Amino acid sequence: MLKRVHFRRSYLPYLLVLPQIAVTLVFFIWPAAQALYQSLLIEDAFGLSYEFVWFENFIALFRDGNYLHSFRITIVFSAAVTFSAMALGLCFATMADRVIRGSSVYKTLLVWPYAVAPALAGALWAFMFDPTLGIISGFLKTVGYDWDHRLDGTDAMMLIIVAATWKQISYNFLFFLAGLQAIPKSLTEAAAIDGAGPFKRFWTIIFPLLSPTTFFLMVVNVVYAFFETFGIVHAVTAGGPSRATSILVYKVYRDGFVGLDLGGSAAQSVILMAIVISLTVFQFRYIEKKVQY
Amino acid sequence: MAELRLDNVIKEFGEVRVIHGVDLKVQDGEFVVVVGPSGCGKSTLLRMVAGLEEVSGGEIHIDERMVNRVEPKDRDIAIVFQNYALYPHMSVRQNMAYGLKIRKFPKQEIEQRVNDAADLLQLGEYLDRRPNQLSGGQRQRVAMGRAIVREPSIFLFDEPLSNLDAKLRVQMRVEIRQLQRRLGTTSLYVTHDQVEAMTMADRLVVMNAGVAEQIGTPLEIYERPASIFVAGFIGSPSMNFVEGRIAADRQSVVIGQDFSIPLPQVTDAIQADQPVTVGLRPEDLHLTQESPDEASLPLTVDLVEVLGADTLLHGQVPHLDTLIIARLSGVPQVKNGEVVHLAFRPRRLHLFDRDSGKSLYYGQNAA
Repeated sequence: MLKRVHFRRSYLPYLLVLPQIAVTLVFFIWPAAQALYQSLLIEDAFGLSYEFVWFENFIALFRDGNYLHSFRITIVFSAAVTFSAMALGLCFATMADRVIRGSSVYKTLLVWPYAVAPALAGALWAFMFDPTLGIISGFLKTVGYDWDHRLDGTDAMMLIIVAATWKQISYNFLFFLAGLQAIPKSLTEAAAIDGAGPFKRFWTIIFPLLSPTTFFLMVVNVVYAFFETFGIVHAVTAGGPSRATSILVYKVYRDGFVGLDLGGSAAQSVILMAIVISLTVFQFRYIEKKVQY
Repeated sequence: MAELRLDNVIKEFGEVRVIHGVDLKVQDGEFVVVVGPSGCGKSTLLRMVAGLEEVSGGEIHIDERMVNRVEPKDRDIAIVFQNYALYPHMSVRQNMAYGLKIRKFPKQEIEQRVNDAADLLQLGEYLDRRPNQLSGGQRQRVAMGRAIVREPSIFLFDEPLSNLDAKLRVQMRVEIRQLQRRLGTTSLYVTHDQVEAMTMADRLVVMNAGVAEQIGTPLEIYERPASIFVAGFIGSPSMNFVEGRIAADRQSVVIGQDFSIPLPQVTDAIQADQPVTVGLRPEDLHLTQESPDEASLPLTVDLVEVLGADTLLHGQVPHLDTLIIARLSGVPQVKNGEVVHLAFRPRRLHLFDRDSGKSLYYGQNAA
């Protein structure tokens, strides 16, 4: 007969999960709860008094033309960054997949930008596009385009899109490369014998088979463009000129820490939180159920 | 329908030559199997015919057309891959129709051909399934179907059965062969499985280290292997090999210390005192009583494997340091450690040159 196993009641399991729980509580639950709570308050600029106002902050936001403008440019910005970073990442990955000699050097070089801090990436591109010193703006001038992201809102938006895209290509490249390498070579060979040329093969065989990767990256890239581009915007344009590049995450900072409208800023971060939560839920649901072979 | 001809085909990867000039002619409608151990270059050879590998030297002709520089899609061939290479995101129907669609066949004809192939392969009810919803045998059939619908002039098979379990493999082997007979399509089939090779082939190509060691019908190759390699590769269990020496009078071959086997016939291929390797198939050995009249080998049995219809005896012969296997029909009463006497007909004997491994002699010529 086997003895039945009894575990003594012990505090050990609780002790073991404690650090994890503590980290989550201190760094996520607490600030999130604070944001939620503050989004329902109107506070004076010195933090001396506050008033509980229910959802007035939210209502005010959606009546505010500036906020809606910020929403719009964020959508344009993240769509542009997601699309171009993924398209270029896929393009490089497809090319790197065909390189045989020196491929590791090539791959390493392509991954480097990911290690550059956002603010530095921003500064780098700001220098290159500097209206008076920059090499790229100098080149643009010679072909007749008067580049000035300090005065022109469209130029400013283009610049942060370029900088944010540049930083994200590496990430997409890595995932796409892994995805490509997981596709058996015999599939493309079979398609070649079936008569499909390289372009046809890519669009009818390879691209559909990459769709789980593509979908995952799409969500990750949107989240990146929404949240992790703060450093780039701050370093390159500081939201200007004239709020032309003040994307949502930047506006949270401006309104809260510069404008000292803590309630409004908290309400904006709650909205951002809702967006990221729904994106994540969407991703898990969709990836696990639909995009699968 | 087509004829396939390989003239001195060579493949080099960088400095390394992996195929050393293969000549082969596959007749219209013939089923030729290329068999050999892994790494012998058989798949590379097939891929060169398909156009998936560049040809480093020599020429490949399909009918009278030299195809060395022709794209795979323009060679009018279809290939069945080992892993089937079905497009996982397409239904069975789409998989089969893909090649026709790309070649811009009219819709009706595509449908007609896909349905015909599905009927032929009993895939009718699976047409709307995805490959991952099919069993191994069904996937194999879909891969066949994809090859058939195109009505190519040559089928190429790259170890198509090696991912299937043993029972299914036997069944699919028969199906593929029947299908090929019915369609009459010239086929080149690569496998490492000698049973597959023997049973399916009209003609066999036995490859070793990038060389086609022998080309012939399965029976020719079994009875008259051209080299030690072929003799050892074809037949199961493998042929027994024993070192020996031709007697001074060239009338017999001596193995071990003084065991002499008379040769049925003297040929000029052998010289007195020549060192040779003597080959004897396990199935050519039979039990006998020890008697001074008949030459017999004493075998100390180490292991008895009963297969039902046959029994394999593994053991040692005194003064020979090689393991000898005998395949006896039925279930003889032999125990481990027992000494039995084995006899054989001298005309079943094979002699090989010890240095080159080339066949010198088979007793059958003589009889």
